[in-house]
Amino acid sequence: MSDVEETEIARQVAFRGGGFAPKPYRWIGLAVFVMLISLAELGTQNGFISPLTLPKPSDVFLKFRELYETGLLRKHLEPSLTRLAVGGALGATIGIAVGVLIGLFSYIRAGLVPLVAAIFPIPKIALLPLFVIWFGIDEASKYALIAFGTFTPTVVATYGAVDNVDRNLIRMAQSFGLSWKSIVRKIILPGAMPGILSGLRISLAIAIILLVAAEMLGAEYGIGAYILEAGSLYDLDRLFAGVVMLSLLGVLLSAVIGGIERYVLRWRT
Amino acid sequence: MDIRLSGISHSYDGFEVLRDITLDIPSGKIVCIVGPTGCGKSTLLRLIGGLERPAKGSVLQLGLPAEDCLNPLTYVFQDFALLPWRSVAGNISLVLEDHGMKKSAITEIVNNVLARTKLTEFARALPKQLSGGMKQRVAIARALAVKPAVMLMDEPLSALDSQTRELLMSDLVKLWTQQPFTAVYVTHNLDEAVRMGHSIVVLSRCPGKIREIIHLEKPLAERSYGDGELQFRQKYLWNLMRDEALAADAELVNV
Ligand SMILES: Nc1ncnc2c1ncn2[C@@H]1O[C@H](COP(=O)(O)OP(=O)(O)O)[C@@H](O)[C@H]1O
Ligand SMILES: [Mg+2]
Repeated sequence: MSDVEETEIARQVAFRGGGFAPKPYRWIGLAVFVMLISLAELGTQNGFISPLTLPKPSDVFLKFRELYETGLLRKHLEPSLTRLAVGGALGATIGIAVGVLIGLFSYIRAGLVPLVAAIFPIPKIALLPLFVIWFGIDEASKYALIAFGTFTPTVVATYGAVDNVDRNLIRMAQSFGLSWKSIVRKIILPGAMPGILSGLRISLAIAIILLVAAEMLGAEYGIGAYILEAGSLYDLDRLFAGVVMLSLLGVLLSAVIGGIERYVLRWRT
Repeated sequence: MDIRLSGISHSYDGFEVLRDITLDIPSGKIVCIVGPTGCGKSTLLRLIGGLERPAKGSVLQLGLPAEDCLNPLTYVFQDFALLPWRSVAGNISLVLEDHGMKKSAITEIVNNVLARTKLTEFARALPKQLSGGMKQRVAIARALAVKPAVMLMDEPLSALDSQTRELLMSDLVKLWTQQPFTAVYVTHNLDEAVRMGHSIVVLSRCPGKIREIIHLEKPLAERSYGDGELQFRQKYLWNLMRDEALAADAELVNV
C-alpha cells in the first residue's frame, strides 16, 4: 500500500460546489448604509464634496430633528400615510378579488385579461387630471390614483398565483368530494398566498411612487408636497430629509410584508 | 359494494390509451393492476373514481356502500397530495369538514385513524417535517378517515425507498387484516403486486388491454419478503411483461 502512495501522486479533490443559496446577512445591508453615509459626511466636512453636490448628512439629520420638533413632520406624514393606507388597501383588496375571479372563471378571464393588459402600461400619474375631474381635487382623487396604481400589478400577480396552485391538490380535493367553496377557501387561496404576497411587495412600492407624484401635483401637506417645495427652492437638506422619509417608508412596508410572509407562509420549506 | 368495469375504452385526442377493459372488483379484496409505464393504469384509476369519463363502456357500483361511508371511492396518490399548510391532523380533518359533522366527531375520527396508522405523536407536524414514508402514512390515514368502500391506490409506494416500502407494505397488510378493505392497487412493481394482491391484472403495453388475470390464494398475512412461491409467481409475471417492457422502453414517449 505504502509503495503505491509513494509512486502515485495523491491530490485532494478540488471543491467546486456551494453557492447559489442566499443566506441572510442582515448586518451587511446596515454596514453599506453606514459606510455610504459616513463617506458622504467625511467628504462634505473636508470640502472634497461641494455642498452644492450633496448636503451634509448631519445637516439632513438636523433638519429632520427640526421637522420633528416643530411638529411639521407629523403634519406631512399623517396625510401621506392615510393616503397610502386608504389607496393601497383599496387597490390591493379589489386587485386580489378580481385576480381570484380571473383565476377561477374562464369567462371573466377572457373578458378582463386583455383589459388589464391594456391599462397596465399606462403611467397612472397621467390620469390624475381625469381623476381630479371625476373625484374632485381633494383626497378622493389621490385615493383613486393610488388604488388604481396598486390594482393592476396586484391583479396580474394574483391570477398568476391562482394558476400556479398545484392541480394535484385540487384533484385530490375533488376526489374526496369537497365542495367548490371549500376548494377555493382551503386550497386555492392558501396555495396562491405566496404569489399574492410577493405581488403585494411590488404593488406597495408602486403605491409609494404614486403617492409622491399625486402630492406633488396638488397637496398642501404630504411628503411629496414637502419634497417639491424643497426642490423648487434648491434646499438640498430638506429635499434629502424628504427622500429619507420615503426610503424609511419603503423599508418599513417591506419589513411588514416580510413579517406577514414569515407568519402566513411558515409552512413553506 | 363491488365495482364492475364493462367494456371500457378511452383515448386522448385520438390516441388510444385503454381498450375494452372488463373487470370485477369484489368487495373485501385487493386487486393489483400491473403494466408497463404509460399503459394507462393511472387513467384507468381516474375512470374508476369518476375523475374522468370513459369514452366507451361504463363503471358500475354494485350494491350500496356502508351507512357510515363518507366517500365511497377514495384515492391514495403517488405524490401524497397533502396540503403543505395544514398539519397532519389538519390534512385529515380537511376531508371531514364538508360533511356537517360536529367538531368532536371529527376529532374522534382523526384520532382514531392517526392511532391506526401510528401517527398520533405527529398530529401537529407539518408535511415538510415528515419523511416520504410518513407522508404516505398520512395520506393513507386520510383515506381511512372517510371510511371508503373502495380504495383507489395509484402507485402509493413508488416514491419511497425500498426499506420504507417494505415497512409500509406490512402496515397495509396489517390494516387489511384488522379490517378488510376493498382496493384497486396500481403498481409497476411486481414484488408489491404479489405481496398485496388477491388477484393481479396484467395490462399490455399501450393501448392497455387485459393480458391475464392471476389469482393468489395465500392469505396476505402469510406472505413475506422472499417467499419462494411468491417469487415463482413474480417470475412468471416478469416473463409476461418483459417483452412489453422492452418494447415500451424503446418507444418515443408520446406526450
Ligand atoms: N390528461 C391526459 N391528456 C393526454 N394524454 C394523457 C393524459 N393522461 C395520460 N395521458 C397519456 O395516456 C397514456 C397513459 O398514461 P397513464 O394512465 O398515466 O399511464 P400509467 O399510469 O400506466 O403510467 C400515456 O401515454 C399518457 O401520455
Ligand atoms: Mg401512473
